[in-house]
Amino acid sequence: MSEQDKAGNLVAVKSQRYADTSVLRADFGHLIEEIREAAGEVTVIARREGIIELLTFLRDDPRFGFDYLSDLSGVDLGEFASPRFAVAYHLYSLDHNHRLRIKVLLEEDDAVIPTAAGVWSAANWQEREVYDMFGVHFDGHPDLRRILMPADYEGHPLRKDFPIKGY
Amino acid sequence: MGLEVKIAEAMPEVLTTQLDALINWARKSSLWPATFGLACCAIEMMAMTDPRHDVARFGAEVFRASPRQADVMIVAGRVSIKMAPVLRRIYDQMPEPKWVISMGVCASAGGVFNNYAIVQGVDKVVPVDVFVPGCPPRPEGLIYAVMKLQEKIERDSVLAHRDEDAA
Repeated sequence: MSEQDKAGNLVAVKSQRYADTSVLRADFGHLIEEIREAAGEVTVIARREGIIELLTFLRDDPRFGFDYLSDLSGVDLGEFASPRFAVAYHLYSLDHNHRLRIKVLLEEDDAVIPTAAGVWSAANWQEREVYDMFGVHFDGHPDLRRILMPADYEGHPLRKDFPIKGY
Repeated sequence: MGLEVKIAEAMPEVLTTQLDALINWARKSSLWPATFGLACCAIEMMAMTDPRHDVARFGAEVFRASPRQADVMIVAGRVSIKMAPVLRRIYDQMPEPKWVISMGVCASAGGVFNNYAIVQGVDKVVPVDVFVPGCPPRPEGLIYAVMKLQEKIERDSVLAHRDEDAA
């Protein structure tokens, strides 16, 4: 995207706007560990315990209005990293045209997180994919089966220690 | 296989050669492919039937969506391990006599997809009559494979399949 400045030159405009997180910092400090900003993108590192409360608030509060879960992804930070896994919620508001990224970090021996399928039904299949590829379990998920690999498949292919040809 | 075996068995010395020639000519002259387009190779497979290449010259232009009406399966593209049982079922649903063309390096040997998701050669799932190299093969290459298959059918003998019939 681009627009013209006063001299008539084409200048790039930021196509992605991020939601104002000062409300979160003030009222939801107990659910949040950190708010990071890098390259103009805002990431909220949230605690697992209050994640559903936080996501429901972000969906329902008119200042945020995140009515659209544009992506839900998993991250493997490496087999020697602690915490090893992350689950990232990429939120978008059609009303405000703004975005926010929520991340929850998970330890390898406790890679369980409550399901967001009750907040956005789009999370259902996305969480199945993260379960399939990373082996992260979603507590309370209505149908936590593999979605890409066959049902009897061994291992979780996007883990860093997964051999490329499979077990 | 059917009636032709009974005829050949009744008068093996007299009829077999001429009967083989007649049946093989009929079979090779109207090969009906079952489409199994799985990836970019399918585009070249479709191009095989266009006016420029015109596989109708060799009697194999009638692509069928139903395996019940087809006698040659063209496996065009990479076969994922989740697709393998589906492919085998389609093959089993085709009536005898039937043949398989493995089109392109992915179907034949995995190609660049030497990984956990892709079957390393479709001959692990179904018996293959002709392999076509290339990534993807040009339509001329696939037409040549059809011609090679026709040569193979010409060498066939109805009596060679007596045991299969009994089983």
